[in-house]
Amino acid sequence: MIYLDNAASSRPAPEVLAAMNEAARTLFANPSSAHRLGAAAARALQTARAQVAALLRGEPDEIVFTSGGTEADAMGILGAAGVARGRHAVITAIEHPAVLRSAELLSTRGWEVTQVAPGANGVMAVADVLAAARPDTALLGVMLVNNELGTLQPVAEIAQALRAAKRAPHFHVDAVQAAGYVAFSAKALGADTIAISGHKIAGPKGAGALWVKAGTRLAPLWDGGRQERGLRSGTENVPGWVGLGCAAFAAAQWGPHIPRVAALRDRLEQGLVKALPDARPTVTGAARAPHVTSITLPRLPAEPVLHALEARDVFASAGSACASRTRGPSHVLRAVGVDDDAAVLRFSLSTDTTEADIDAAVTALTDAVQEIRSALGTRKSR
Amino acid sequence: MNAILCRYGELFLKAGNRPRFERRLVDNVRRALQGLPSVRIDSPHGRILVRLAEADIDEGLARLERVFGLVSVSPVAEVAPDIDTIRAAALTCANAALARDPGLRRSFRIEARRSDKRFPMSSYEISCDVGKAIEVATGIGVNLTSPALVVGIEVGSKAAYVYADIRPAPGGLPVESSGRAVLLLSGGIDSPVAGWLAAKRGLAMDALYFHSPPFIGEKSRDKVVTLARMLARWQVVRTLYVVSFTDVQKKLREAGPAPLAVVLYRRMMMRVADLIADQTHADALVTGENLGQVASQTIGNLATIEAAARRIVLRPLVTYDKTETIVVAKKLGTFDTSILPFEDCCSLFVPAHPSTAARLGDVLDAEKNLDVAALATAVAASAETLLL
Repeated sequence: MIYLDNAASSRPAPEVLAAMNEAARTLFANPSSAHRLGAAAARALQTARAQVAALLRGEPDEIVFTSGGTEADAMGILGAAGVARGRHAVITAIEHPAVLRSAELLSTRGWEVTQVAPGANGVMAVADVLAAARPDTALLGVMLVNNELGTLQPVAEIAQALRAAKRAPHFHVDAVQAAGYVAFSAKALGADTIAISGHKIAGPKGAGALWVKAGTRLAPLWDGGRQERGLRSGTENVPGWVGLGCAAFAAAQWGPHIPRVAALRDRLEQGLVKALPDARPTVTGAARAPHVTSITLPRLPAEPVLHALEARDVFASAGSACASRTRGPSHVLRAVGVDDDAAVLRFSLSTDTTEADIDAAVTALTDAVQEIRSALGTRKSR
Repeated sequence: MNAILCRYGELFLKAGNRPRFERRLVDNVRRALQGLPSVRIDSPHGRILVRLAEADIDEGLARLERVFGLVSVSPVAEVAPDIDTIRAAALTCANAALARDPGLRRSFRIEARRSDKRFPMSSYEISCDVGKAIEVATGIGVNLTSPALVVGIEVGSKAAYVYADIRPAPGGLPVESSGRAVLLLSGGIDSPVAGWLAAKRGLAMDALYFHSPPFIGEKSRDKVVTLARMLARWQVVRTLYVVSFTDVQKKLREAGPAPLAVVLYRRMMMRVADLIADQTHADALVTGENLGQVASQTIGNLATIEAAARRIVLRPLVTYDKTETIVVAKKLGTFDTSILPFEDCCSLFVPAHPSTAARLGDVLDAEKNLDVAALATAVAASAETLLL
């Protein structure tokens, strides 16, 4: 099996599973309980908090655990909106649905939301974002790495430009696809809240975190037992968050592997372009995360290509133009101007991906495309 | 409430066949209730009476509301056939109905029916007696012409049945009373509805799905399985046959000009369906085809497709607008599954400009170089069988 769909979800590392198993087995007490079993569970969470903080180069008490990336995004966007004075938000047009839909929700609550389009290379221009920010802008959302294209967004530069222009909206950064693969320091990024997810970094599903800059106020999305500094009521997911901590600890050591992952991604792109002359990277001339590439195959349906690839034991995602004739291209692909009848495939690597995997994937995709073309007849001739 | 009273209507029209239809209906009722403990079924005086545990009444009602041939169902209290007991039960029923829906407090009437003429009171006298008691106890007025609440009483020789809640069932004919058929089931909106409509007229079906691995993913297949299970809840289908169509599609694609492809595929589907129908002793094929819904569904094409079938091809949706089909799909619960965005074999291999008038001569010409019978046999032999 050649698994190149790590941006969708990654295989949990064995040490993560072992840590979760151990935590579920022995740390079953409620961390809020007064006895020593409760204390042990609470200590395990503190360790996990420190591990996540270390990955983001923040402080442990700046970490709020969540059920995943979507909840962390909702907490960052809606939580900040709950205490904001202004009623204007700016987000990029290529945000993940977790941010897009949270912003949509705000627009039903009387907010004005401005969406800023990226350049043709899938990267936001700092000046465009800055131009959209008004004196009454209370909220800004920019992702660090786009999930469909892998493009790296100039988050730190945007934060700097905002400061220079004396604009101070709450700045939320979705770093779900960046964590582990792109080294950053929460403080240096200039954000107020940063969202990450466990299952994108070889950790568990159902576990994520929001980094909340010290001194930042957020309104909780719901109330109850006031765990997680009152921001996230509900008995703590001890096994999940221990697993997230364990994954974050491992991901913080990925640095030396990153150049190799980027080289494998380049090898994949070059191999495909060579084998399939009309294949091309969906965007070019962009700074990118090392593990994601988006490839466009003109005049092909994406979903059958993926299944033909799957038949060769290679797993990837549609990225997601024309995944089906009943769906058009995604908002991200529309924003960068992809043809409606092109298959856009996303391959996402992990630190475990090998050169042999990449070469086999190139061969498999080449064969799969040939098989589809012969089955369909050449679409050009129609 | 300790029983469910089921009513059927149309069967009375079939005077000569009535016992056969009734037996079939009772069988189907029994099958619908399978898995519920301690169910006993009787069919007294033109009704079907289902006795079951009180806790299972709601589940039983929900299932019986999906049995074709039943016109309506009511949760009933089965009581001794004497007027004091009947009166008390009627009052309890009425109070329960009023508690459930206070809007019923506008007015009421009693509908009494007496199948045992030895009972000392006439239907009219029963109505007056019980009506008076309910009027006094609840303070609600009687309205004989358009009451909000109807309390029903049916008196038999061994027991009386009292109810205040009549729920519509789908009507039609008992499934399998009209025979067996094979339903060509895709993942779309139309074919599940076509199967449901055919079952409503008494056809029992087995479903046949044409899968195209590897181009079509497992999720598309899972979706068809889900749809077939939904249909099975109505007893529309019992078995799903999944056949692999990819190789034949490739051969057909190469055999003739691209615009003929759709008609060639569908003719082959007819042949395969006929082979499955041979195995299941079915007398008809049922499809979701419609007149003019897509470019290829012209009268000419439908005729050319049908010419490949050995059995009668029923197309319950032939005159339906898409919106009318969607109304039924929503009612029977398949719509939300049908619109899940996975490709099926039809959408993938369809050429950009399919022919709207495939002439039989051209089609036969394209099929000439292929052993279509052998290809159909190979496809049918690939069938994977799923009991639903």
